[in-house]
Amino acid sequence: MPEVLLADFQIKRLEVLNEKGEADPELLPELSDAEMWRLYELMLLSRIFDERAVALQREGRIGTYPPIRGQEAAQVGSAFALTHKDWLFPSFREMGAHLTLGYPIPQLLQYWGGDERSQKVPPGLNIFPFCVAVGSQIPQAAGAALAARYRRDPVAVVTYFGDGATSKGDFHEAMNLAGVFHLPLVFICQNNQWAISIPLKGQTASASLAQKAIAYGFQGVQVDGNDVFAVYRATRQAVEKARSGAGPTFIECLTYRMADHTTADDAGRYRSGEEVTFWAARDPILRLERFLEGRGLWTPQKREETAAQAAAIVDAGVAEMEAAPPPAAAELFDEILATLTPRQAGQRKVR
Amino acid sequence: MAQLNMVQAINQALAQEMARDDRVLLLGEDVGRDGGVFRVTEGLLERFGRERVLDTPLCESGIMGAAIGMAAYGLRPVPEIQFLGFTYSAFEQLFAHAARLRSRSRGRYSCPMVVRTPYGGGIKAPELHEESTEALFCQVPGLKVVVPSGPYVAKGLLLAALRDPDPVLFLEPTRLYRLLREEVPEEEYLVELGKARVARSGSAVTVVAWGSMLERALKAVEGYDAEVLDLLTLNPFDSEAIVASVQKTGRLVIVHEAAKTCGFGAEIAATVAEEAILHLRAPIVRVTAPDVPVPLAKLIDHYLPGLQQIRSALDEVLQY
Ligand SMILES: Cc1ncc(C[n+]2csc(CCOP(=O)(O)OP(=O)(O)O)c2C)c(N)n1
Ligand SMILES: [Mg+2]
Repeated sequence: MPEVLLADFQIKRLEVLNEKGEADPELLPELSDAEMWRLYELMLLSRIFDERAVALQREGRIGTYPPIRGQEAAQVGSAFALTHKDWLFPSFREMGAHLTLGYPIPQLLQYWGGDERSQKVPPGLNIFPFCVAVGSQIPQAAGAALAARYRRDPVAVVTYFGDGATSKGDFHEAMNLAGVFHLPLVFICQNNQWAISIPLKGQTASASLAQKAIAYGFQGVQVDGNDVFAVYRATRQAVEKARSGAGPTFIECLTYRMADHTTADDAGRYRSGEEVTFWAARDPILRLERFLEGRGLWTPQKREETAAQAAAIVDAGVAEMEAAPPPAAAELFDEILATLTPRQAGQRKVR
Repeated sequence: MAQLNMVQAINQALAQEMARDDRVLLLGEDVGRDGGVFRVTEGLLERFGRERVLDTPLCESGIMGAAIGMAAYGLRPVPEIQFLGFTYSAFEQLFAHAARLRSRSRGRYSCPMVVRTPYGGGIKAPELHEESTEALFCQVPGLKVVVPSGPYVAKGLLLAALRDPDPVLFLEPTRLYRLLREEVPEEEYLVELGKARVARSGSAVTVVAWGSMLERALKAVEGYDAEVLDLLTLNPFDSEAIVASVQKTGRLVIVHEAAKTCGFGAEIAATVAEEAILHLRAPIVRVTAPDVPVPLAKLIDHYLPGLQQIRSALDEVLQY
């Protein structure tokens, strides 16, 4: 008997902007100049927030912090496609997504400053708390997607995670659940090519992460994660698909972690300076600037103005974060249970 | 009033709560079409449909994680893990998330869900199907742990757990599923979480047990002037009831089928030492399994505490 071909798959990579900042007119998303400028402002705000957070850590004003430098397009571009009705299950390195959705800056900084009150997500934002246990937020997103569908809510549930997380069992279990139940779920993998010191090839022998989706019975796509328009376009399509009941999508944003893993890490121990330089030249903000310049929207002068505005916003956030009084000892017991156990109540009294 | 076994009582509680509250959904392996491997969820798929009774893929962590997302979204999921021994692969979801979601988000999100799972030994099942590691779960703040000891309390405790605003692990003693029948009222009633029950009153010694060991303890104390407390909830446990009973009897025997070291009996003994040591007329005795993995069927009777061991403990404290 001749062998039968069971599967023959293709996996695509989406790019809209090339490194010179030239856009493919067919693929350029329909965004007004004002919206494009907003993307730029948000990416710059993310960059400045990030630089400021690293500096605050160095000065001992906050604790360990995981920089997002280099991943601004992947985060801002994807979050820009969401509405406040959608649900977001982040990992811990998506501050650009938080900023895009309007998460209060003092609260974001407060988290890295070690204050739990920061995670009381403001009403109106369906964002889950940061998830430090790598990959474990992904099945939770599947559950929210099941609930959204049960409630007939036309919303998308979006979960973010890194390349390292794709090696975890929870990634597999959630991808499988999404396929089996045809969930309104968008998986956004920020493949920044490193999981602390482990490069992508130490994480998987798969030629791309996007192709993993095929085995679960749904679409996977790789996008140039340093191309904000490609990220936005793919996410926009995926969330619309989810909201309309057409099932899950996996988006691999191929990007690069330009900074150390965290402020406690020294990436020089495991990767070359040349590699970092190579990617620094592919900075997602530079690329968008070239594009906007070509449209007559950007000048070095405008960058300075925009950066100054962003710095003022971040400064105000830092000031507010630092003005917040520290939590009282009794706040250890806040919201542990709806009603404290008798023993907890007794322990609280003596704090 | 109908005489029901525990399987039927739990099934009735689930059905009643699902009829009353459309936020209640079941999910797990084989819970739908098959009605669960112990038939606890039998008939619920037919009655409530596939959206409320979800047969999931085989994925304990996925089930637990999905339940957390559902609960945060506003539903009241009831994930079933087929056997306690398989919750181990879902510990991260349960410990790192379900138990902490409320505090982590300072109350913005909560996790009202009831994780049901059969537990305990003596059913001639394969490895990991007879675990009784309940104490592991009691170490985690934010998670409640409930263990019924018979059909009547099973229904009332489950209804209370389903209405609790926080995550509850509901451990169903497998050996008791069909062993006991009791009168179970058709109408709904709640058995309050966190309260022990005096299963038998007495004045010379206090025996504390839960789950399948309650039945054994009650048999063992025949002929003794013993007070038997059925703990029902392990976290938060009713220390007041235990202390009050020990103040009266002056003697304490704790019976559990889990291994001794760091078993829940240690917590009870420490609490009594802190709060009632001067009332004790004899050392506290724990009757437990030895510190070895739960064996298969041929050795299980040498593992689980037996009537004779409980009686020896009673004699020991009474004759001290
Ligand atoms: C379950 C778990 N294991 C290990 C860690 C420690 N850790 C934190 S981040 C990280 C690497 C994560 O890599 P990736 O998923 O690619 O995300 P990235 O850090 O690149 O954003 C590790 C090992 C953790 N937080 N959780
Ligand atoms: Mg990574």
